[in-house]
Amino acid sequence: MNQAVAPKARPEFVLAAGDCLVLIRRSLRHLTRNMDEVIQSVVLPIMLLLLFRYLFGGAIQTGGPSYVNYVIAGVLVVSIAFSASATAVGVANDLQNGIVERFRTMPMFSSAMLVGHVVSAVLRNVLAVTLVVLVGLLVGFRPSASLGDWLVACGLLLLFITAISWLATLLGLLAGGVEAASGYAMILVFFPYASSALVPSESMPSVLRAFVENQPFTPIVNAVRGLLIGTPTGNSVWLSVVWWVPVLVLTMAFTVRYFRRHTGK
Amino acid sequence: MTGNYAIEARGLRKAFGDLTVLDSVDLRVESGTMLGVLGPNGAGKTTCVRILSTLLGADGGTATIAGHDVMKEPRAVRRVIGLTGQDTAVDELLTGEENLVMMGQLYRLGRSASQKRAVELLDQFGLTDAARRPVKTYSGGMRRRLDLAVSLINSPPVLFLDEPTTGLDPTSRMAMWETIRRLMAAGTTVLLTTQYLEEADQLADRVAVIDGGRVVAEGTADELKRKVGSERVELTFGEADLARARALFDGEHVGMQTLSMPIEGPSDVRDLLNRAASQNLDVKGFALHEPTLDDVFRTLTGAGPRTGATTAADTDGAATGAGAAVGAGATTGETA
Repeated sequence: MNQAVAPKARPEFVLAAGDCLVLIRRSLRHLTRNMDEVIQSVVLPIMLLLLFRYLFGGAIQTGGPSYVNYVIAGVLVVSIAFSASATAVGVANDLQNGIVERFRTMPMFSSAMLVGHVVSAVLRNVLAVTLVVLVGLLVGFRPSASLGDWLVACGLLLLFITAISWLATLLGLLAGGVEAASGYAMILVFFPYASSALVPSESMPSVLRAFVENQPFTPIVNAVRGLLIGTPTGNSVWLSVVWWVPVLVLTMAFTVRYFRRHTGK
Repeated sequence: MTGNYAIEARGLRKAFGDLTVLDSVDLRVESGTMLGVLGPNGAGKTTCVRILSTLLGADGGTATIAGHDVMKEPRAVRRVIGLTGQDTAVDELLTGEENLVMMGQLYRLGRSASQKRAVELLDQFGLTDAARRPVKTYSGGMRRRLDLAVSLINSPPVLFLDEPTTGLDPTSRMAMWETIRRLMAAGTTVLLTTQYLEEADQLADRVAVIDGGRVVAEGTADELKRKVGSERVELTFGEADLARARALFDGEHVGMQTLSMPIEGPSDVRDLLNRAASQNLDVKGFALHEPTLDDVFRTLTGAGPRTGATTAADTDGAATGAGAAVGAGATTGETA
């Protein structure tokens, strides 16, 4: 009887980290091989920016900054929510394809696959955010942020992107297939639309306004906007942290647990 | 752990809600041999493989792989098994080589050892030319070969092949059989599930027929065939003679003008032909019919026997009886 090749003796967490790296590399290769997805995840946000800048820009009163300056933080948050769909589809696709089944029959750190998906989703989003800001600068966006403001804004966006990516991964796991994953993830897009992302909440009817002012997408939009163009941030920076750190931690914990407990299909 | 069994399952039970999929399944596979698990769709074959490969928990019973309990030591089990399932479980966007290296690394073989093993396997499976192409450009046969190669990256002593040739064209199937034979020669223990009787007959040392969540028969292919019936001879008569022939021979009516009779040896054939000649019956056709696993399968799983073989009716009376209605009143081969 031939013997299975013995794995090298190393501490378990080192091996687990190694598994994560292997599967992060896999997900990054997917990004480079699947250019359609990358183009979509970059083109859509830029289209949104141009749409809002030129189509609605003249009609919407912000009560202060020009609309392009007002809307850029909103476009970033809407784009990030949109990208959840691609992330969820990627996860659902792996489940449907059977590769997750194989991973489960291997003596590896199974959640490494989830980490791979999340890391590639974060990188895809960082690329999209960077491009939206650059195109924004071309069409009239004039940030007034100091270096410190930029760092805090980037930190908040990174927190938000990571939380959304884990949430999308969970939706991909829970959905029964690729189409369902895409559909569920689109629900996330509703929230930034019903926030202060695109229009000031002051213009909304009272019931909607109550929802908008108390849902988690509004503080992140207000905080990023305030940091970038100098509108008042109020308590939105720490409210963003208070909302999104728990969302991130709980979603991550639940997703990993769910993935471990339930078999691939 | 008992002696030489690389795979041993006792009393495995599994239900999904009200649906009992496995109802006390016992399986044993000696080291270095292949057990073919044969059964119709929905018989519980895949569920069995999923439990043995740690993908699914059982509701009852025990199972060990190379001495490791699948429920209590899943990690130890995962180190010694390879699984090729019904769906190809490879990454479509990566190349064949990247797939192999990635899996090797996930088995913690290290990058260079994985690379080396990948090159070996690509060569062994005739995929060297396609090694740098994304898997999505592969044909069905190539995909299956890669899938099997991936299952072998860590040279597992125990291999599960869950319907490895389903959906393959005949040439690819033959090639897959050759590959599996080579693995067997290298001493790998294999549990193969299949719905193709010929596949089990060709490859497996022993065969377990599974139906309705139970093992309904187990043995070598020859033992099972003998269990179902003896050799038979089929005589075809002229249209005008059929009625007389039916009166003369206690045979089963298996075709338009064909009767099938059990025989024990060549002298029985002479006997039959002599009787036909003495009555001036016009024998237009003659065929020998050896019992096949097909017969075993049909009989034991209640899919209805093609020729005779009502002897196994006691295992599954109702279904077999219904299937045997064509041969009403037929007597069939005796079993030991």
